[in-house]
Amino acid sequence: MSHSTRCAACKSLRRRCPKDCVLAPYFPPTNPQRFACVHKIFGASNTTKMLEQLPLHLRAVAADCMSFEASSRVEDPVYGTVGIISQLQEQIIEAQSELVKTKSEIAFHNAQQQLQQQQMQQLQMINAIAQEGEDWPSSFSSSQQDPFPNVNQQLFEDYNYSNTFCGFEF
Amino acid sequence: MGGSSPCASCKLLRRRCAKDCIFAPYFPSDDPHKFAIVHKVFGASNVSKMLQELPVHQRADAVSSLVYEANARVRDPVYGCVGAISFLQNQVSQLEMQLAVAQAEILCIQMQQEPNLPTHQIDQVDKSLLLSTNNFDDNNIPQYLSFASSSNVIQDPLKRESLWT
Repeated sequence: MSHSTRCAACKSLRRRCPKDCVLAPYFPPTNPQRFACVHKIFGASNTTKMLEQLPLHLRAVAADCMSFEASSRVEDPVYGTVGIISQLQEQIIEAQSELVKTKSEIAFHNAQQQLQQQQMQQLQMINAIAQEGEDWPSSFSSSQQDPFPNVNQQLFEDYNYSNTFCGFEF
Repeated sequence: MGGSSPCASCKLLRRRCAKDCIFAPYFPSDDPHKFAIVHKVFGASNVSKMLQELPVHQRADAVSSLVYEANARVRDPVYGCVGAISFLQNQVSQLEMQLAVAQAEILCIQMQQEPNLPTHQIDQVDKSLLLSTNNFDDNNIPQYLSFASSSNVIQDPLKRESLWT
């Protein structure tokens, strides 16, 4: 018993296509180029052997991968899929380098922002302290305001009221 | 010529190693495994034809890449080199996404610092961001793995042990 329509492999090899043809499910007659590439690079016999060694449920994927490798090799007879791998590795290196550069820019900006914030905080503290320093002496200046309006002035004179008050000089 | 030892390929194929043997420069007798694996996957006849179609100065590279592919296929009889390609493509996508996020962050920082950025500068910054986001847009990644298949099923090779781990 054979397939009513031969698969691409059997057509290419000019043989009858048996019902249990190993290659038939993966090399339909509608795509002769697919088998032509695989045949050129791996050979029909090697392809059959490699598929036969695999469980049925993995053969479709294997056939697809072999087809991809074969067509890559036909397009690039020197490097095949290794050329693609090499390109991808270069892309990874470039992307990593760009990422490191961008992340270090972000880190630099963040560090600058932090520094600016710290400087602002320090300035605010200094201003606050300076402001307190201005306000405090004026409340005790005897030339501007009598801090003890109700006290008998005579008492002060008797006790030799001096410029010192509570140990502070002003 | 008598006396010189046959190359690895002629040893394996049990034939006389001619002076102009096409394999001899690339498959020395001290590394029989190299030819054995290439013969197993591609076949001596196919390898010979492939080398004959190439100029001499490219044959060494071609042999190296064939050995690499053959090794990959023996280690991974289902995916071969395609497993490695899939893994690397995934890495590229992830890196490009991370890069896009980082570049967006830079853009935010720049816009915070210069809220009145002139429009032409904004356009340029947007352009670079668009270019970077386009890098991982599905339509623009080189679709190495989008090939017609009889099954239209490509199971995720990353689920399997990768050649690269």
